[in-house]
Amino acid sequence: MTRKEILDELKKVIAPYTTNKEMLDSINDQTDLIKDLKINSANLVDIIIDAEAKYQIEIDYDSADKMINVGTCIDVISEKISQKNEEYR
Amino acid sequence: MSNRIVVTGLGVVSPNGVGIPAFLHAIQNGISGIKFMPRYEELNFSCQVAGMPDFEWSNLTKYISEVTFHGLKGTNIGYGLAAALDAWADSGMAYETDEPRWETGCVFGNSIADTEAMKNVITRVDSKEAKKLGSRVVEQAMNSGVTSYISGRLGLGNKVITNSAACATGTQAILMGYEYIKHGYAKRMIVGSTEHVDTYVYGAFDSMRVLSRKFNDCPEKASRPMSISAGGFIPSSGAGALILEDLDFALQRNAKIYAEILGGSSNSGGQRLGGTMTSANPVGVTRCIQEAMANSEILPQQIDLISGHLTATNADRQEIQNWSQALNRIGDDFPLTNSLKSMIGHCLSAAGSIESVASILQIAHQFIHPNINLEDPHPEVTNMVSMDRLPVKMIKKEINIVAKANFGFGDVNSCLIFSKFN
Repeated sequence: MTRKEILDELKKVIAPYTTNKEMLDSINDQTDLIKDLKINSANLVDIIIDAEAKYQIEIDYDSADKMINVGTCIDVISEKISQKNEEYR
Repeated sequence: MSNRIVVTGLGVVSPNGVGIPAFLHAIQNGISGIKFMPRYEELNFSCQVAGMPDFEWSNLTKYISEVTFHGLKGTNIGYGLAAALDAWADSGMAYETDEPRWETGCVFGNSIADTEAMKNVITRVDSKEAKKLGSRVVEQAMNSGVTSYISGRLGLGNKVITNSAACATGTQAILMGYEYIKHGYAKRMIVGSTEHVDTYVYGAFDSMRVLSRKFNDCPEKASRPMSISAGGFIPSSGAGALILEDLDFALQRNAKIYAEILGGSSNSGGQRLGGTMTSANPVGVTRCIQEAMANSEILPQQIDLISGHLTATNADRQEIQNWSQALNRIGDDFPLTNSLKSMIGHCLSAAGSIESVASILQIAHQFIHPNINLEDPHPEVTNMVSMDRLPVKMIKKEINIVAKANFGFGDVNSCLIFSKFN
């Protein structure tokens, strides 16, 4: 998956947890989940769980800690998808 | 300590009407909210009818953000939120606030978290998938879930307390809110209670053989307080909420006033002298009613209406006797008495708040709702109370003072005295 494809899917994962729906269309790598998208910090766990289900990956605690903005979310998801693909090869 | 406390807002989620207009129409017309539950037949329950509010779950997005709504599974929380926020709007106030409302608190009760919703948690944990539970379980499993949702939505900054006293929960919550304002701790309190009787709780009551099992084919007849044919109660779900305010505080903002709370009492029979885990000590009940009258500075003769606990079990006869003894009134002199449970069944911890909403509506609209299904009154009841004191049709009548009581497992009692606002 390209970063663009991951971003498009990530928007759908994030949508139920942001009260700032208008901003969702224009998010970029720098968009902060808590400060910009006004996501409750407790809900970051739910986004991680939903992302795990969506991409069929596992996000460990250390990787989850890096998922602060949209860019780092895509980094982690992209890394975990390629790890999974490695395993299948 | 001389301040007066008034009711300025009402909200209700009842099996026979969601929202005050629908509920008022239902209780004036004796409309039953009891329905046959096909699922209970499948589960081999003896009693297969229940009172379930006709509640559109997605309507909750009118009250809370979509983010909060997403992941909300606790039915009891949903009912409580809707009733409390309706009561708030009814009292003429806006939901939104940036600053906490320091002068306003909340006492809201419930008995148990939604066990059906919690089943998912148990399944996940047992399948070694606890990691997938997410962030929204704890806040809905905790007993204070409903008060947390209400107080968070409205920014309440005063005391926020969750109470639980079985079937006396609702009446007790109202009394606690009244006392906080009376003692000057708060100017306004949201009080009430909520209950969702899921299949697991229902099944446990069914096993106790205390439910009405002979009317599965005519559900609206199943709840029969004070009858010979009363074979037990009907478990029901719902929520009731009231906004209580210090009188001066309410008058300052020109709030509409439904009624006044003169006082009340909450005690326990100590599970002695005939009282047990599941039955009331008559001395405790009598004391509770008499203390409520004393705290309200009224005499027994002033009571125009008793809104009884009257569940349609064997305890009804003892309850009538307790009232008669506490008030020293009998026969033609016994106050007019009704049981909302004849229409909606027994909403357990929500019973007291929904029945209090009904009591206040009867004061505000000057009527007495009927006892439906009272076709064969029990002789031990009619020995103490003249039949015309137990109206089977709605009566339009001047009523000034209503006594509302509920009695719960654990031998706990609560009694409130409501008055027309003068």
